[in-house]
Amino acid sequence: MASGLVRNGAKRFMSTAAAPASSVPAGARSGWWEAVQPAARDPILGVTEAFLADSDPKKVNVGVGAYRNDEGKPVVLECVRKAEQIIAGKQNMEYLPMGGLVKFNDLSVKLAYGDTAPVLEEKRVAAVQTLSGTGACRLFADFQKRFKPDSRIYIPVPTWANHHNIWRDARVEAHTFRYYKPSTRGLDFEGLMEDLKKAPEGSFVLLHACAHNPTGVDPTADQWKEMSQLFKSNGLFPFFDMAYQGFASGDTVRDAQAIRIFMEDGHQLACAQSFAKNMGLYGQRVGCLSVVCDNSQQAVNVKSQLQQIARPMYSNPPLHGAQIVTTVLSDPELKEQWYKEVKVMADRIIGMREALKSNLEKLGSSLPWKHITEQIGMFCYSGLTEDQVDRLTKEFHIYMTRNGRISMAGVTTGNVEYLANAIHEVTK
Amino acid sequence: MEATASAAAASVFDHLEQAPEDPILGITVAYNKDPHPGKVNLGVGAYRTEEGKPLILNVVRRAEERLLADRSKNKEYLPITGLADFNKRSAMLILGSDSPAVVEKRLVTAQCLSGTGSLRVGAEFLARHYGVKLVFLPTPTWGNHFKVFMNAGLAVKTYRYYDNKTRGLDYEGMLEDIGAAPSGSVILLHACAHNPTGVDPTPQQWEGIRQAIRNRGHLPFFDSAYQGFASGSLDKDALAVRTFVADGGECFIAQSFAKNMGLYGERVGALSIVSKSSGVATRVESQLKLVIRPMYSNPPIHGASIVALVLGDGDLFSEWTVELKGMADRIISMRHKLYDALRARGTPGDWTHILKQIGMFSFTGLNKEQVQFMTREYRIYMTLDGRISMAGLSLKTVPLLADAIHAAVTGAKA
Repeated sequence: MASGLVRNGAKRFMSTAAAPASSVPAGARSGWWEAVQPAARDPILGVTEAFLADSDPKKVNVGVGAYRNDEGKPVVLECVRKAEQIIAGKQNMEYLPMGGLVKFNDLSVKLAYGDTAPVLEEKRVAAVQTLSGTGACRLFADFQKRFKPDSRIYIPVPTWANHHNIWRDARVEAHTFRYYKPSTRGLDFEGLMEDLKKAPEGSFVLLHACAHNPTGVDPTADQWKEMSQLFKSNGLFPFFDMAYQGFASGDTVRDAQAIRIFMEDGHQLACAQSFAKNMGLYGQRVGCLSVVCDNSQQAVNVKSQLQQIARPMYSNPPLHGAQIVTTVLSDPELKEQWYKEVKVMADRIIGMREALKSNLEKLGSSLPWKHITEQIGMFCYSGLTEDQVDRLTKEFHIYMTRNGRISMAGVTTGNVEYLANAIHEVTK
Repeated sequence: MEATASAAAASVFDHLEQAPEDPILGITVAYNKDPHPGKVNLGVGAYRTEEGKPLILNVVRRAEERLLADRSKNKEYLPITGLADFNKRSAMLILGSDSPAVVEKRLVTAQCLSGTGSLRVGAEFLARHYGVKLVFLPTPTWGNHFKVFMNAGLAVKTYRYYDNKTRGLDYEGMLEDIGAAPSGSVILLHACAHNPTGVDPTPQQWEGIRQAIRNRGHLPFFDSAYQGFASGSLDKDALAVRTFVADGGECFIAQSFAKNMGLYGERVGALSIVSKSSGVATRVESQLKLVIRPMYSNPPIHGASIVALVLGDGDLFSEWTVELKGMADRIISMRHKLYDALRARGTPGDWTHILKQIGMFSFTGLNKEQVQFMTREYRIYMTLDGRISMAGLSLKTVPLLADAIHAAVTGAKA
């Protein structure tokens, strides 16, 4: 993809504008950026760019992980609309503290750890509002580098592509552990345990709390328990990226079970929460980073150090999205409504999984497709090869990331047959 | 039991100490903790009305209402470089719509997290792609500038700027230091209303600075946080930036809409990179995305939507310029009131700098001990470098501040 290179014959705009009355040449040297190479397109966000540029009426976007309703349209939750009406005209727009809206942080961690979690009552959790899940991961990665400079991060294979970018930019030494087993299209639990057993004590491990992205493959409760024991005995630090709480099963408590299991075992973990998907607040950039500490003073210390990292990055986080979340979570009626709306989204996706699988079976596909309904959350790791994905795009105008990840949220009753047909065509 | 389990494995972050409060934001923290009713917050640079209240501009309210009423608007992710309409209009605001950089498409603009975020993204880009990894900051400057550039991986040095004796610009010192800096250094310039001193170069001095910078092949990086706020005129406050761009050379510009649109907490800003050709601009944009994606993926939509609406609507834009001038004028009137109050008390010293300085802040010239005295005895909250936020003053509080300054100068240890 040679996008962005200067095309042949592109005009070079040297300024001939009349310079102010002086003989000083404008810029004593030639431009400073001649050596800048065009960067590769982001593998995920670039898909939507390409989709938007396609004029074919049958085009389907199952690329980026943003929810769509059955008409293929983005959704603003009703509880969010109501919250916006409530805050309209009332708020001021003053700077938030560096650590963000305190009430938002309190409500976020309650959602993640449980309303009556002992660590919350003991004030042992340092929590800061972040720029969604990305910002939470980045803040933690920078924090890890600053205070545990020689530590490693272990990242599952595969994972959300941006995870690698984040820890690389934080200059943390990254290693990987096996996660997805292509032959079963499920979890490679033996490989996972083997690889993590080799991780040196004091290593940090990135775990997807639920609805693993991109595979949709999650450990069972027993597997989580075994992992928790291993982490304890080997001194590994659990870092949970939770971007889909409520979105995976439709139940926010159930989706947080991995974290609750680790907490029961006494781990001091950290968690990145995103409200992009489960509250549909994508562009508002609302998230929370929390770190469980020994005691309340340590939580104060850790929070203060996280703020030191945030200040030279963006000073303080944006207000609007955090106010929406706070309004929804602190109003019992709005919260109830939110639970219902999240379940509707999760159920629609589960329904589309079933529809896609049964369509493929009806078409007589000889390949196994049960993983479509066994996987959970927004994504289905189809098992399609890069060549097959490219054919889907070129011949059928179906857009997905080249690792074969299908965003089930982009599947509708209107396009599921077309999609199944196309997949069958390229795989038979 | 949980207590035993956690005691057995102490936190890996046990060795952390509590970080000191941010020197600027920490002032407000201390102010909020103070139960005294007569306290005055002249710390952080956020505009206050005559009643001492934060101000939401009318145009912002109306823009918000429009956005709220439009049910077709969604909350999808913005592109990595933000809202295109916002980017276009922000750039035109600082550069002028007839700017050669705009007309010739030699410009990349990315929506970022207010001024801080724009500076940081620009700094990260420079650390990766620019040959001279050294930035020069004026002395003094906004405290956060240092960490922004250092955390991005650039070395930081300073150039002379503020003259203690004249309480004005050390023009000769500035030119000397710019001339001595290694060729190609990044030079951070406050576009107008220098923070914390309020001391700006005259147009003639800006011309001399421009020549010095271009002579050495330096890269100017403008921090524009107060356009319209300084003089009350958007164009006048953009003059320095525009003369640099007019000479055809390259530069970076960080814009903030925190103050001039009162959108502080919504974090609205833009980084513009003016390059020599449009082909370069495209490649630069692609590399900017690589900096942004692992930092926060894409910027927040709310504030930028408001700004785009205001800048794009003729009526709202006009009304905004009026509200902006109103804020600038109130600050200028506070300067006069404070100056008059100090003269009335016969406070020793020359206080004309209060009138000559421009923008939100005044660099009073008070020292650390005097400031601490004023906080202790008079409940005046301000930064230890003697900077006061004029925007935090009102007719009611000017006398108190004048009393405090008078007492500090005549009574407290020098």
